[in-house]
Amino acid sequence: MNAPLHLWLIPLLPFAGFLINGLFGRRLPKALVTATALLAPLGAFAVVLRYTLFNWHSIWPCDTCRIYASYPWQVLPYSETFGSWLSVGTLHVDFTFVLDQLSLVMLLVVTGVGFLIHVYSVGYMADDKGYARYFSYLNLFLFFMTVLVLAGNALVMFVGWEGVGLASYLLIGFWFTKDSAANAGKKAFIVNRIGDFGFLIAMFMLLANFGTLTFSEIAAKLTANPAWTGAVLTCIALCLMLGAAGKSAQLPLYVWLPDAMEGPTPVSALIHAATMVTAGVYLVARLHFLFDRAPIALAVVAIVGAVTALFAATIALVQTDIKRVLAYSTISQLGYMFLGCGVAAYSAAIFHLMTHAFFKALLFLAAGSVIHGLGGEQDLRKMGGLRKKLPVTFWTMTMGVVAIAGIPPWAGFFSKDAILFAAFQQGTLGKALYFVGLVTAALTAFYMFRLWYLTFTGESRSADAHPHESPWSMLGPLVILAALSVCGGWIGISRFSAFLAPVTGAPVADAGSPITEWTLMGIAVLVAIEGWLIADKYYRRKPARPAQLAAAMPGPYNLLVHKYYVDEIYSALIVKPLLAISTYVLGWVVDRAILGGLAWLLGGVATFSGALLQRWQSGNLRSYAAWLAAGAAALLLFLFAPAIFGNYGISIAWKGW
Amino acid sequence: MTDQVPISWYLILSAALFVLGVLGFLIKRNLITVFMSIELMLNGVNLSFVAFAHQWHAVKGQIFVFFVMMVAAAEAAVGLAIIIAIFRARATLAVDRIDLMKL
Repeated sequence: MNAPLHLWLIPLLPFAGFLINGLFGRRLPKALVTATALLAPLGAFAVVLRYTLFNWHSIWPCDTCRIYASYPWQVLPYSETFGSWLSVGTLHVDFTFVLDQLSLVMLLVVTGVGFLIHVYSVGYMADDKGYARYFSYLNLFLFFMTVLVLAGNALVMFVGWEGVGLASYLLIGFWFTKDSAANAGKKAFIVNRIGDFGFLIAMFMLLANFGTLTFSEIAAKLTANPAWTGAVLTCIALCLMLGAAGKSAQLPLYVWLPDAMEGPTPVSALIHAATMVTAGVYLVARLHFLFDRAPIALAVVAIVGAVTALFAATIALVQTDIKRVLAYSTISQLGYMFLGCGVAAYSAAIFHLMTHAFFKALLFLAAGSVIHGLGGEQDLRKMGGLRKKLPVTFWTMTMGVVAIAGIPPWAGFFSKDAILFAAFQQGTLGKALYFVGLVTAALTAFYMFRLWYLTFTGESRSADAHPHESPWSMLGPLVILAALSVCGGWIGISRFSAFLAPVTGAPVADAGSPITEWTLMGIAVLVAIEGWLIADKYYRRKPARPAQLAAAMPGPYNLLVHKYYVDEIYSALIVKPLLAISTYVLGWVVDRAILGGLAWLLGGVATFSGALLQRWQSGNLRSYAAWLAAGAAALLLFLFAPAIFGNYGISIAWKGW
Repeated sequence: MTDQVPISWYLILSAALFVLGVLGFLIKRNLITVFMSIELMLNGVNLSFVAFAHQWHAVKGQIFVFFVMMVAAAEAAVGLAIIIAIFRARATLAVDRIDLMKL
């Protein structure tokens, strides 16, 4: 019954696209580059879709839905091993891919949204000189991301983890001649390194305590020892959380994500909104059995998530760059997902991950369409009145804005509500975090509608009088994603968590009374609409109010505009001291004085002895002959000295013979 | 055994010839003389070979002598050719002046 699924096809198709476009892209005609770039993710998506249909009945349990009943039935989790990687002593690591409900959902999002963004990029990057290079990087990203998702053990996952970081670095710095883009790439890479350090330490500790890195074996060992709790597990979970915070841009490691907006906008949509940044959430959900045993770590996850959500949302209130607003909103929404993980509502977190992938990719792509239409303008203050000029972009973006604001029946409402509801169930801390989440939801609705009003309504403030709608290669993905942003949540959290239950465990048993549920739902909707109404008042009815408010409270306003001065604080506390140590201690003392001095010394000795020995090679034949004779005489003397002077002195050396 | 010349005499003669060759090699400036000094050294060694061969009634030493003579003949052929080539090129045979290869 278990025919091989050929999981390796999913990563390898994008990898083939990467190789073809990366090696030959510049010599191939553009149509061929486009075809390669699109077929690779489309193929991967088709493969994933096939597996989904195999498992359709577990998603939608009804007998008539068994459309693929005649196909070989796959029982999840299904794993494929492609050979051994490491085998040292007791340590065995294999190249293993595992397909289960969780990775299936992730794969659908990654390859599906990924494919749409590839299509969009064809229009967006049409005139770029690095067209083939761009698509080879994008395919490389999909390769690593699918490896990350499919990985059956922590080390294979780490390969994907580092790989998506690399792809992210390459794509942020895609326009590497621009200084700010190159620096943003470096910043993302270095900040991620701090998180990776946590992931690495967690892997070492897993090896030391469990002797294995395979997820299923760790889970089995934990199940076999129900008494195992305590400091070690908490430590491992906290290290994993550090890794997740780095990749998913949580406090205190979120600083790289806003700067990552220097990359092309489709990259921001794919990597820095929909897929890569959710890897941290995926990691926590994947290793939830560890976090379940470490309540302190779980509380840390929840608090970090909630605080990040609020923190980033407040910054997003005053940002004027359309992409930066979306970046801070991404950080905020990721905070929601971590809050969901932290209250052990993993399926709700993954649900939000999925809907967020839809509407945030949509928002970024629509923002890209606006930027494209305005010829590269990203400043909200120079937009406005675009509703008539960009009708398709306007309507699709409206879908995204309403979805993220959490107004039913758009997708964002269902997933956000599921997380808030789960948080409310979790004791006092959960209730506190619920209110943080609620405030964040209001802020989210406010800043998203602010963006919407500033972009599309009012008078045009643009210098470019003739904004143009984007080509259909860009609008097509927008329309599909808009449809998903509307319908994506209709599957419902109860069905979704029932589907994920084999991986993430059964949803919280105490589901609360329906009255609580409906009340919380009503409050969430009211709060979202309140956020919308305030935005409506400030940016449509009384457009002078925001400036008055800013003038009335210069302190808080400046704090927000400067993003709480976090970059400045990090610069003063970490970057500057490190740079000083590198320049003065490492650069001057170690490099120049010690290493440079040693090199100088060695070179000097060689030059000096060379100059001395050079005299020997006079080119005078007779001097050579004289040395030869002298050498022969010395040898003779050496040999016959014992016979002449008695068996002492230099002859001692010969006794050994 | 009084009618026989003792071997040491041969060896002293051989050593004298060799040292003469070495001295000539070191002192003389003319390339042909230097070359002849090398032949003298070779023949000095040859003499000791023959003397020992006679002393020990072993034919090996005499065979070595033939080898040395053969090598000396080949060396003379090549060496004289080189000397002629050098003379043609530089119009001198003074070894002090033939020092093109020094640094």
